[in-house]
Amino acid sequence: MNGYDLIVVGAGIVGASCADEAAAAGLRVAIVEPGPIGGGATACAMGHLVAMDDDPAELALARHSLHRWEEFADLAEAEFSRCGTLWVARNEAEAAGIAQRVARLEASGGEAHAVDAQALYRLEPALAPGLCGGMLVPREAVVYPPRMALHLVRRARQRGAVLYAGRAARRLGRAAVTLDDGTVLAGPTLVATGCALPELLPQLPLRPRKGHLLITDRYPGLLHHQVLELGYADSAHGHAGSSVAFNVQPRPTGQILIGSSREFDVADPSVSAPMLQRMLQRAFDFMPALRGLRAIRAWTGFRPATPDGRPYLGAVPGRADLWVAAGHEGLGVTTALGSAQLMLDLLLGRTPAIDPAPYAPARALA
Amino acid sequence: MTERYDVLVVGAGPAGLAAAQAAASHGARVGLLDAQARHGGQVWRHDVRRGAPRAARKALDALARRRVEWLPQHQIVAAGRRTLLAETPQTAVRLVFGALVLATGARELLLPFPGWTLPGVTGAGGLQALAKQGWPVAGKRVAVAGSGPLLLAAAATLRRHGAHVLGIHEQAPATAVSAFARQLWRWPARVAQAAALRATLAGVPYRFGSFVRAAHGIDALEGIDIEDAHGSRRIACDMLAVGYGLVPNVELAALLGCATDDAGTHPRVQVDRMLRTSVANIYAAGELCGVGGLAAARIEGAIAGHVAAGAIAAATDLLPARERERRFARLLARHFALDARLRALADGDTVVCRCEDVALAALDGFDDARAAKLATRCGMGACQGRVCGSALAELGRFPRGGFRPPLFPARLASLAAADLSLPDSSIPDLST
Repeated sequence: MNGYDLIVVGAGIVGASCADEAAAAGLRVAIVEPGPIGGGATACAMGHLVAMDDDPAELALARHSLHRWEEFADLAEAEFSRCGTLWVARNEAEAAGIAQRVARLEASGGEAHAVDAQALYRLEPALAPGLCGGMLVPREAVVYPPRMALHLVRRARQRGAVLYAGRAARRLGRAAVTLDDGTVLAGPTLVATGCALPELLPQLPLRPRKGHLLITDRYPGLLHHQVLELGYADSAHGHAGSSVAFNVQPRPTGQILIGSSREFDVADPSVSAPMLQRMLQRAFDFMPALRGLRAIRAWTGFRPATPDGRPYLGAVPGRADLWVAAGHEGLGVTTALGSAQLMLDLLLGRTPAIDPAPYAPARALA
Repeated sequence: MTERYDVLVVGAGPAGLAAAQAAASHGARVGLLDAQARHGGQVWRHDVRRGAPRAARKALDALARRRVEWLPQHQIVAAGRRTLLAETPQTAVRLVFGALVLATGARELLLPFPGWTLPGVTGAGGLQALAKQGWPVAGKRVAVAGSGPLLLAAAATLRRHGAHVLGIHEQAPATAVSAFARQLWRWPARVAQAAALRATLAGVPYRFGSFVRAAHGIDALEGIDIEDAHGSRRIACDMLAVGYGLVPNVELAALLGCATDDAGTHPRVQVDRMLRTSVANIYAAGELCGVGGLAAARIEGAIAGHVAAGAIAAATDLLPARERERRFARLLARHFALDARLRALADGDTVVCRCEDVALAALDGFDDARAAKLATRCGMGACQGRVCGSALAELGRFPRGGFRPPLFPARLASLAAADLSLPDSSIPDLST
């Protein structure tokens, strides 16, 4: 019998953060991961560290996490690039909402400015004419998520964590986990398996939400900020069967990462030509210069989506010593570090830095 | 724009030319496309000084009399059911087919060694192609190295273009090459071909059991270390043309869902004796089914073209000839097998992935291509892992896998243009 203070199941960015946080707190930690570290949604993600302001609870978690991300601003593995986020308004109606969004972001402790149309084109000259200004969030950044997950797992291991690589958790017992090779690990268990959550905890509703991304060859100087349409939240937080939104990112290499799409009820992971087409057409509407750029790769991924869009962070109702940190949908990279801290606060009985109630898994069973 | 063909042939090298001719001879409407501006593929590449080889001209003449539509500078970037998306310099075209013949050929196998990324170091076939297109090699001191008969052909081209070929360094030992030569009488055309090449290369040393250990230079190549039975020695040169044989181009076939045979170091497309792939109405001919050389490619092209047009009897007549050429290919592969020492030339600092500047040592500890790629970006660049993936497979690390569109770097406008997933049932099925 192998005894631990915490068994973290899943080594995506969320599980890796939890393992790192637990090892830093002096816990004896086991990490169980059947595939590559950060090989699930983490590998497919854009790596945009962004605060979304439409849900106060999500904003609180993001703000707390963004603060924690600053620790890695100079870490080579993070590939941290402070490009800032520029939200663009298509019309006066979208522009009219900017003041409120600036106020909400600033109230949460962030920095944001409204920009008029003239300033918008100074910031991003390649944007299509006719846009109505936007909002600049200058301190936000992008990272490279899979290497970051790997870094966190390595750091946890340096602090004594044991990695069960290539092993899957088959069964959750009472303060025990049975692996697919029959090994039994004993100890409190934290499930951070993202889209695979229903395999171990079917009582917590979760649906995979497919997305497409595409990356171009290198075009340094064309794009300077992560640029999104202000209507992005409608796509991200709406419940439409499928939607696309303009979301482009300058990589430190000069490559441009282009998103985004969202689809429920699609299990096939292959790149869908019609969806790619819709996503690209949307991007061309906002940035026509993209048309002539060369794409070198396209891929898909699945976001773990809960019914209310908030992650499950906390104790699994009715189960002793069983915890869950999953369901971050498209914000897992942004909120992983804050999620991990909240989980450890709860596990160790510390006063949580943010109110845990909105993320309590019990809400799904109410 | 959408074009429709009874038989569509991808690749206009010897296999593709033969396939197009065979299919058209039965009255099918045939499209023949290639990424290059001219027919001929790699082996029959047009030479700025000499034009196309005579055999290539004959194949083209035969084609001109048939109903074959030539689609130059068409790069396939995505594929759907019975549909390919091709990019041209101007636009994107949707090509709908009843039957498809894949003749995508092979590419050169490059193995990493210290200094291999210096300007002046190229593939052997690579420098041959450059010279044919007018790249200046006249007066340059060129060493040719690697393995296989391609080295002789490359050296002959370079010499014709005025290069001073210092020597040809074949890694296979003399015993293996002479054992191969003793078998050659069974293929008289090959004897004549080899003799002609040797005559062109009179005075150029042809060394066996000899390979390049390292290349040296500050900003460009200045010299190489050659190793053979007598040890290692430095020779000064301006260019090194080094290639270790060929790797089948299976990417399009894999994207279309055709099964590959992964038993060897490099995957090849699985076909039955009539060159049917695992996907209905898709055929494969030539190097992508396993490197077999020019003669095999021409015969297989004809077989696949006939079958794609529904002419089984015409195809069946060619099966014995195909078997004879495949025997030759097996003989070649056996005698020119790569020396294990070649796989140990790269040291930890040697760059393996040139697109993303990943050194070999960065891959230590990974046994899975995807995990290594995520952690190091190895294979994420513009060549999409074609160079490093094959090299790493050869080095016994991990093979590359997972083929997704775009198959080659493609303009975003091209990818946004066509809906590929619409099934098209209006094309008659010719092959069943």
